[in-house]
Amino acid sequence: MLTYLLKRLTSLVISLLVASLVIFLVVEVAPGDPASFMLGLNAQPDTVAALRAELGLDVPKFARYFAWLSGMISGDFGMSYTYRTPVAQMIADRFWVSMPLALMALALSTLIAFPAGLFAAARRGSAGDMGVMGATQLGVAIPNFWFAMMLVLVFAINLRWFSAGGFPGWDDPLLALKALTLPAIALALPQAAILTRVMRSALLDILGEDFMRTARAKGLSARQAIWRHGLRNALIPVLTIIGLQFSFLLAGAIIIEQVFFLPGLGRLVFQAITQRDLIVVESVVMLLVFAVIVVNFAVDLAYAAVDPRLRART
Amino acid sequence: MTLWYSRNLLLGGTLSLFFAALALISFVWTPFDVESLNIAAKLKPPGASYWLGTDHFGRDVFSMIMVGARTSIAVALVAVGIGMGVGVPLGLTAAARKGGWLDEVIMRGNDLIFAFPSLVIAILITAIAGPGAINAIIAIGIFNIPVFARLTRGAALSLWEREFILAARVCGKSRTRISVEHILPNVTNLLIVQGTIQFSLGILAEAGLSYVGLGAQPPTPSWGRMLAEAQTMVSFAPHLALVPGLAIVLTVLGLNLMGDGLRDALDPRIRVART
Repeated sequence: MLTYLLKRLTSLVISLLVASLVIFLVVEVAPGDPASFMLGLNAQPDTVAALRAELGLDVPKFARYFAWLSGMISGDFGMSYTYRTPVAQMIADRFWVSMPLALMALALSTLIAFPAGLFAAARRGSAGDMGVMGATQLGVAIPNFWFAMMLVLVFAINLRWFSAGGFPGWDDPLLALKALTLPAIALALPQAAILTRVMRSALLDILGEDFMRTARAKGLSARQAIWRHGLRNALIPVLTIIGLQFSFLLAGAIIIEQVFFLPGLGRLVFQAITQRDLIVVESVVMLLVFAVIVVNFAVDLAYAAVDPRLRART
Repeated sequence: MTLWYSRNLLLGGTLSLFFAALALISFVWTPFDVESLNIAAKLKPPGASYWLGTDHFGRDVFSMIMVGARTSIAVALVAVGIGMGVGVPLGLTAAARKGGWLDEVIMRGNDLIFAFPSLVIAILITAIAGPGAINAIIAIGIFNIPVFARLTRGAALSLWEREFILAARVCGKSRTRISVEHILPNVTNLLIVQGTIQFSLGILAEAGLSYVGLGAQPPTPSWGRMLAEAQTMVSFAPHLALVPGLAIVLTVLGLNLMGDGLRDALDPRIRVART
């Protein structure tokens, strides 16, 4: 296990380094100098030069990359070109909107998908199964931001159960959770549909296995057999998909935030793009990619912990 | 059970063809000009003269849906082309060099791209080049590359173990020639099915990118931007939000059903298992 862990850890570090280099290089080739953009068309050359020096833009690219990288490792993401505040602080404030939203959606999609997948698999071919599968077909076809708008139309504008947007902050956790409820439902729907399908097909695969027949032969009912032996084995592919979904949820959260005017990472990065605040764009993108790579790494480890054959193979 | 998959294929194919036809017809005819504004006729609900109503500038929603279909389909189609064009050769090469350094480099490169969701790629490209439909194509296209590379490699690996490939090797054919002449034709069915899935995902991604302003720019109509513009008017003109949304849902649903139907029709093992 230790060799496996070391191997995976090395590849994790290499992936993160390469990703950071790609992001830095891509943003660096962007046309337009942030300093000239901030000062406008009529700025004097020496003023621009002074601002460039202040922002650290006059240092060679290579040195800037290492400064950015080492800064990020120690939690210093640099200063925002536009707001002159630490980027780390700006990201931290927004993070507490986007991350809870993604986690709520993840929890919700799991809560919907597990029973729905179980139900469909246990009644394969029945009207109930067809109904669930039809619903998932629809679920994956609905764009989450459109579903979000429909939720606003029904539950905020017509029924007035929720507010149509905005975020009151975490001072009152109940109000905050209420503000994130509609966005989380909108975000969870397509993921729940995908997860239900994976759960159903994983269970159906398991149901054909010899050990399930043995379980039935020793007197367990179909329900008991699924519950005691089927579910645990079906969880392996399901967990992998949940890990993969996390990146879609984070990206999806950025879009959903726009529908509900939530002050999350999405709003931050879109504002930064229009203001050419490239250091903010760079840092938010790196954070998102970091999250995806680390979650996939964790899923790999969980997979190896559950299935010893994987450790032996690599 | 032939009926089941042909029903999916029929329904999915009809829906997809309907929207493809709308897009094609829009090149020669739309009920109204999508770029001319007619404030006197603004925010009309669906009716006889404007079938699906008008927006806040008095533009005909049905005409915009027709031209929007063009944008969506073009972006998603070219993105699938990029994904296949780059991903399939990479997957074939990786499988032909299984375990070698080239395989390792290609697969690790794939893992790296996988860590960048298409929205994140679009954000990066927009930061450099500004928003536009081309950026959406590139972002979704790059996202498609590892999908096709992994699929091709996985399918090709099992083919490399087969006897007819061994026979081709004994004949002295090079790895590249075997990949092109024997492996590729045998993975085509899989690629077609995955192609329809990525096509439908591309339509969803394009809508999402246009919605947040990273996709097609005005005056090019696109379904995602129609939804973004409708957002503030949803309480008094719900048709503006309903119509483009339903267009997206029906197109994606059609493509997914068609993909399911094609998979069942093209994979004889599923057919045998079902009967």
